[in-house]
Amino acid sequence: MTALQTPPGRTEVPGSTSRSLGEHARDYVGRIRGGDMGSLPALAGLIVLCIVFGVMRPVFFSDINFANLFTQGSQVVLIAMGLVFVLLLGEIDLSAGFASGVCGAIMAILLTNENWGWYLAIPAAIVTGVIIGVVLGVLVAKVGIPSFVVTLAAFLAFQGLVLLLLTGGKNISINDPFTVGIEKDNLPPWLGWVLLIVCVVGYAGVQLNRVRSRRSRGLAVDPLSLIAIKVGALAVAGAIAVYFLNQERAINPAFHSLKGIPNVVPLIVVLLLVWTFVLSRTTFGRHIYAVGGSKEAARRAGINVDRIRISSFVICSGMAAFGGIVAVSRANSVDPNTGGSNILLYAVGAAVIGGTSLFGGKGRVIDAVIGGAVVAVIDNGMGLMGYSAGTKYIVTGVVLLLAAGVDALSRRRAAASGLR
Amino acid sequence: MTATPILEMRGIDKSFGPVQVLRQVDFTANAGEVTALVGDNGAGKSTLVKCVGGIYPIDSGDYLFDGKPVTVHSPRDASSLGVEIVYQDLALCENLDIVQNMFLGRERTRGIVLDEPTMEKMASETLDRLSVRTVKSIRQLVASLSGGQRQTVAIAKAVLWNSKVVILDEPTAALGVAQTAQVLELVRQLADNGLAVVLISHNMNDVFAVADQIACLYLGRMAAQVKATDVTYSQVVELITAGRSGDLGLQAAAVAAAGNGNGSHDAGVTDLGDMNGAQ
Repeated sequence: MTALQTPPGRTEVPGSTSRSLGEHARDYVGRIRGGDMGSLPALAGLIVLCIVFGVMRPVFFSDINFANLFTQGSQVVLIAMGLVFVLLLGEIDLSAGFASGVCGAIMAILLTNENWGWYLAIPAAIVTGVIIGVVLGVLVAKVGIPSFVVTLAAFLAFQGLVLLLLTGGKNISINDPFTVGIEKDNLPPWLGWVLLIVCVVGYAGVQLNRVRSRRSRGLAVDPLSLIAIKVGALAVAGAIAVYFLNQERAINPAFHSLKGIPNVVPLIVVLLLVWTFVLSRTTFGRHIYAVGGSKEAARRAGINVDRIRISSFVICSGMAAFGGIVAVSRANSVDPNTGGSNILLYAVGAAVIGGTSLFGGKGRVIDAVIGGAVVAVIDNGMGLMGYSAGTKYIVTGVVLLLAAGVDALSRRRAAASGLR
Repeated sequence: MTATPILEMRGIDKSFGPVQVLRQVDFTANAGEVTALVGDNGAGKSTLVKCVGGIYPIDSGDYLFDGKPVTVHSPRDASSLGVEIVYQDLALCENLDIVQNMFLGRERTRGIVLDEPTMEKMASETLDRLSVRTVKSIRQLVASLSGGQRQTVAIAKAVLWNSKVVILDEPTAALGVAQTAQVLELVRQLADNGLAVVLISHNMNDVFAVADQIACLYLGRMAAQVKATDVTYSQVVELITAGRSGDLGLQAAAVAAAGNGNGSHDAGVTDLGDMNGAQ
């Protein structure tokens, strides 16, 4: 066997050496230059946009506007979080916007017309979303209609369904204090700080536990300095947000005090944590990435591809239901345009701007939150600058195109550099 | 030589509708040996392998594993016996890393949480055992790997599960010279670790470089299964192209019968697959 000599060169044992902070930094820069940019363009864009709007309209940085950003962006962010699952498979759900409208309408009808309690009406809305997801998923996975067509048809049909539910487009208002409070009420300031501490301590605990369990098996671990930087960044960013949200933002505090984190923020954080856990730490999440990467490889590995595809549509429509609930809560009412107009495109834009690929296999739930923040800032900032809705739509469309362009180009670049 | 072959196929018939693809094929693979399966296009190599892998049911014949007759109806049956097939188009997920690909569909969990440290440890031990030194980190995405490295990952994935028989479908077909050498070294390493390796290949250099035995299919019949040291390069080429070479291979009548494609298979089947038993 003279022909079979070990090729010269790299001889290190795979994955057994721990790397220093410097090496991590170099690695990260290398990944970005290779085209694997993740959320970096979105974060950079977010900072630039905030500075631009803040300089041109100082009111942008006011406490009340800061809180508004969260409540304005929440519906888009929640729908986008669900869309990430569908996008990960390389599919699309164009009906998520009106699905949220249908779910919102169901909730409003049950609350107002049928006098149900919120504890029944909200689950009913979510169940509606789940049923919509099952129908869409079965049509795509089992019948084999392209998701674009299925959800385009559903987009139209759900628009009609909302009209029928609201019998000719009447506006149904809600006055259930809990439901309205999701968007309108805030956490007591002390609870905001407690939740922040819980989050930071929990994050640090998860990271340190990971190091401990890997070290006990003799595997490479992240340097403690890197973990300290990550935890520190979370703590600082969280503290700034909580501090400003805890400021009094009512014009007349004696009449009605307005301070604290809006209730919808912890809702988004909890859903973000749950779905991030599902995607990155469970077999189900791993299989979603696998199906998005290569259906054939997933099938041969014994993964039930149809089940994964249907569940992704269920998660997407289920999250759209949360978006609908929040939208109804914010508007105090539901009308035929709840979940309509630009909501869906903003949500797709949020996921893509945040770094989720339209080609499948790449993306995280936090992308939806980061991208949703960009969309909310553009919408809010341009409104403050006095631009018309027409200009806002055009700018948001251009930003979406830009993000999709970055996605396509970085994919090409990554293919050339062998990263993807 | 080992007393019982780990894998033995006896008198396998397989047809698709009116087309009989395999006729009375005998085939054995021994632990610790590389058995090359050669033959021209359409000779039935892939069909035979798919019968072994449980993708196609066999029409008649015996499937013996470790000397005991078994029935294999699905790929799952085959992998529970310890038979793994690495197909030419590898079927890896490019957006996942090496560890994730190796455990795809068979992830280790603790409760509902993926047990990443254990999987990483097992993957790294498997690669060490195969003396793989060509990957920088097992947390690299498969997209960043070369063709030879991907082949290595696919093979490592197949042997991770204490498999006993590994079948490789043209593992070097798309590779350059250096990468071919790496993969062949890995093939040899697998056999030296005690596995039975079946290597499908069109490349005689590869076959003679690593194979202990050579099994040659000719138009759906096993022309001969012989020791690699007992035959020459040109004899194997004759077996592939004509079904016989001197004393080796099918008798003239059988060649003719196989040649016109509809001879009954009890007519003069004296293929020298039995030679193997005599050695």
